[in-house]
Amino acid sequence: MDRRQSLKALALGSVSSAVLLDACKLMDKKTEEAKAGLPGELTIYRTPEEAERDKKILASHYYNDHEMATMTVLCDIIIPKDEVSGSASEAGVPAFIDTISIDIPSHQVPVRGGLRWLDVQCMRRYGKPFIECTQQQQIEMVDLIAYPERAKGNAELAPGVSFFNHMRDLTASGFYSSKIGIADIGYMGNTPNQWNGVPADVLKQYGISYTEKELKECVSY
Amino acid sequence: MGELQIKKQPTRYDAIIVGSGAGGGMAAYTLSKAGLKVCLLEAGPMYDPKKDITQFKWPYESVRRGASTKTRPFGDFDACLGGWEIDGEPYTHAEGDQWMWWRARMLGGRTNHWGRISLRFGPHDFKRYSIDGLGDNWPIGYEDIKPYYDKLDQLVGVFGTNEGLENDPDGFFLPPPKPRLHELFIKEAATKTNVRVIPGRLSMLTKPINSERGACVYCGQCNRACQFYADFSSSSVFIQPALKTGNIDVICNAMAREVITNNEGKATGVSYVNKDDMMEYEVSGKIVILAASACESARLMLNSKSPRHPNGLGNGSGVVGKYLHDSTGAAVGGYLPKLFGRKRYNEDGVGGMHVYSPWWLDNKKLDFPRGYHIEYWGGMDMPAYGFGGGIQGKNGKHPVNGKQKEAGGYGKSLKEDYRFFYGAGVGMAGRGEAIAREDNYCEIDNNVVDKFGIPVLKFHTKYSDYEVKQARHMKETFREIMHNMGAVITWGDTDDDKNEWGLSTPGEIIHEAGTVRMGDDPKKSALNKWNQAHECQNLFVVDGGPFVSQADKNITWTIMALSMRASEYIIDGLKKNSF
Repeated sequence: MDRRQSLKALALGSVSSAVLLDACKLMDKKTEEAKAGLPGELTIYRTPEEAERDKKILASHYYNDHEMATMTVLCDIIIPKDEVSGSASEAGVPAFIDTISIDIPSHQVPVRGGLRWLDVQCMRRYGKPFIECTQQQQIEMVDLIAYPERAKGNAELAPGVSFFNHMRDLTASGFYSSKIGIADIGYMGNTPNQWNGVPADVLKQYGISYTEKELKECVSY
Repeated sequence: MGELQIKKQPTRYDAIIVGSGAGGGMAAYTLSKAGLKVCLLEAGPMYDPKKDITQFKWPYESVRRGASTKTRPFGDFDACLGGWEIDGEPYTHAEGDQWMWWRARMLGGRTNHWGRISLRFGPHDFKRYSIDGLGDNWPIGYEDIKPYYDKLDQLVGVFGTNEGLENDPDGFFLPPPKPRLHELFIKEAATKTNVRVIPGRLSMLTKPINSERGACVYCGQCNRACQFYADFSSSSVFIQPALKTGNIDVICNAMAREVITNNEGKATGVSYVNKDDMMEYEVSGKIVILAASACESARLMLNSKSPRHPNGLGNGSGVVGKYLHDSTGAAVGGYLPKLFGRKRYNEDGVGGMHVYSPWWLDNKKLDFPRGYHIEYWGGMDMPAYGFGGGIQGKNGKHPVNGKQKEAGGYGKSLKEDYRFFYGAGVGMAGRGEAIAREDNYCEIDNNVVDKFGIPVLKFHTKYSDYEVKQARHMKETFREIMHNMGAVITWGDTDDDKNEWGLSTPGEIIHEAGTVRMGDDPKKSALNKWNQAHECQNLFVVDGGPFVSQADKNITWTIMALSMRASEYIIDGLKKNSF
C-alpha cells in the first residue's frame, strides 16, 4: 500500500480486522484481570451525587476498540512485565486511561489525537497502523518520540514527543496507583502502626541521628 | 405561591448556632454540656468519620485514583465536601480583584480535612498596631485568652513541645512524633540558614486522652478525617459528644437565610431553607450564634436587614464585611538526590509535618511588617494520580543506580527509574500574616442571588506591597534552605516581582478572617471583646469573623479558644438573664 492509499484506508477504518480483533481480545482479557483489582461497587464514602457520577463514569467508555488496542500495546511498551512486577495492561492501565479521560476531559483530545498521529506516522513509514506493525517497527517508532532530548528540534516529531510524554505520565499514574504498582514501588504504609522514628540502619546509612532532646521529648513505643 | 409557606418550629431554644465547624462545634459542645437547649443549623449533610470513611482506602478504590474533582478539590479521598465552586451558590468579584472562597458544606465543616496545625497566638499578635502602627490592636490580650488555650489543649489534645518562645507560647502538649528522614535533613539545612526548627504542634492524639477517642495510628491521612477520632474534627470531637447530652438538635441541609429580629432589634431566631424539601423554616431562640465562616456570617448579617438594623444586623458601624484577610502563602518544591534509591519502610507518620519553623526574625529589621511560619513536607507518600509525572525532566539529569541515562524512555529501564526516584520529594511553604485593611472587603452583590434566592457576596480584595515583600522573603529563604540541603528545586523558583513572587491568591490559604471584627469602639467594630454584637446583645459570632488580625498562625485554635470563652460568657449571662 502506498502512502496515499494507506491513509485512505485508515480514514475508512478498514484496518485489518483480524489484527484489531486479536488486540481487543487481549485487551478484554487483561481488562477483566485488572477489574479484579477495581471495586465493582464503590467502597469509599461518597455523597449520593458523587456515587451516581462515579458509577456513570465507570460504565462509560470514551475510546473506540482500535484506540484501546493501540493504547494497550503502547502502555505495555512503557511499562512491561519485568522480574519485579507485571505489565501496565495487567494492572488495568488502558481501562484507567479510558476512565480518567471521561473524568478529566482535557486528556481526550491529546490522547485521541496522539494515537491518530502515531497511526499516520506508521502508515507513512511502514504502510500500516501502529498495532499492525511488527514489534521491531513499533519500537523503532517509539524510539523516535520517547527521548525528548534526542528529538529536540525535530518539528515533525514534536507532536509525538508531547503525546508520548503524556502517555508515559498516564501510564505511570495508572500503574503505580494499582495494587501491582504499589507493591512494585514498595510503598509500605496505609496501615495502622506506631511511628517510632527512622529505622536505626537508615539513620546509620545517612550518618544522621536524633538529638538527646528529640529522644527525650518525642513519643516512643 | 400557594405552596410556599414558612414553617415555624414550636421549640424556643436557648441558643441557635449557625455552622458546625471549629467555632460552631465548640459552642455546641460547651452549651449542650452545660445543659442548654441548642439548635445547630448546618448547610451540608450529616457526617461521622467513623461511618463515612475514606481513611485506609487504596488509590484504586477511587475511579480517578485520588485525582481531584470539583466536589473534592484536594483529591478524591479528602474529607471536606464543598470546595471553591458550589453549583447554584455563586459569588462575584469587583473588576480586577480576586478572592478564592472555599466553602465547606457538611457537619464539622473544614475541620474534617484541615491540617490540624494548632498554634496559639502570642502576646505580640494581639497588639500589632502598638508594634508597627498598622491595623488595630485587639480589645483583648494574651492573658485574656490564655486560660482558654490551656483548657482547649487539654480538652481536644495537641502535640508539641514547650520551647519557652515569647510569641509562640508554651501549652499543654502531648509528646510529638520523631522527625521523619527528610525532616532531619530539613532541620539540619534550616539551622544552617539560621531558621529555627521545632516539633510541629498539631491536634492529633499521640497518646489517648479519654475513652471516647483512640490514639493516632500514623496513617498520615488526617485530611480524610479519622475513624478513631484520633485527630480533631468538630464532627467527631464536638458534635458527637454534644449529641449524647440529648440537649442538641442538629438540623442538616439547612441553609440559613436571615437572622430574625424583633421590634427592639434583638435576635429572635433564624430562618433557613431546608435543602431536602426546599421549604422555608424558622427556628427561635434566646441567643443566636453565627459560626458559618467569616464570610458567610458577614453575609448573613448583611442580609438581615430590619427597621432597627437598616444597614444589616449589628452593622451600624458599617464594618461588617470589611477587613477581610487570609494568610499569605508561597511555596517551593523539588527533590533531594541523597534520598534516591532509599530503603523502604512505612513513614506515613501523622497527617502533617512532624517539625515546623515558627517566625524567627524581627520585622523592624525587614522591609515588610509581619512574619510567617514554614511548613514542610516530603518522603514516601502513597502513590496516586499524578505519580511519577514528568519523569523526563529528572531521569536524564541524575544517574540511576550509577548509570547515566537519556531523559524520557520506556520499558524495564523506566520502571527502574520510577523506583529509584520514589520518596525523594521535599518542599516547604510559608504561611504569613497579611495586614487587615478596611478596603479589602466583601459586600452584598445586589444583582445576584444564589439558587435559594439569597443575595450573594461580592469580593474586593487585593494584596499590598507588604505581602508581596513577605512572599519574596519566603522564596529567598526557601531557596537557601533547599540549597543547604542539597535539594533540587523543580517548582516555585522562577517567581519575581512580575508575578508577586508567587504569592497565593487572597482566600486560597483558606484562613478567612476579619469580617465581623471585635473592638472596644462600636464605631469601628461590630463585636465587643466577648464576640457579642455591640448593637444586638443576644447575637454572637464565633468563627474567623471576629479576628482583628490573624497573626502568622493558623486561626483554628484561636477560633476555638474564643468560642469557648464566648460560650462561657453566654452560659453565665443566661443564668443572670442579662441578654
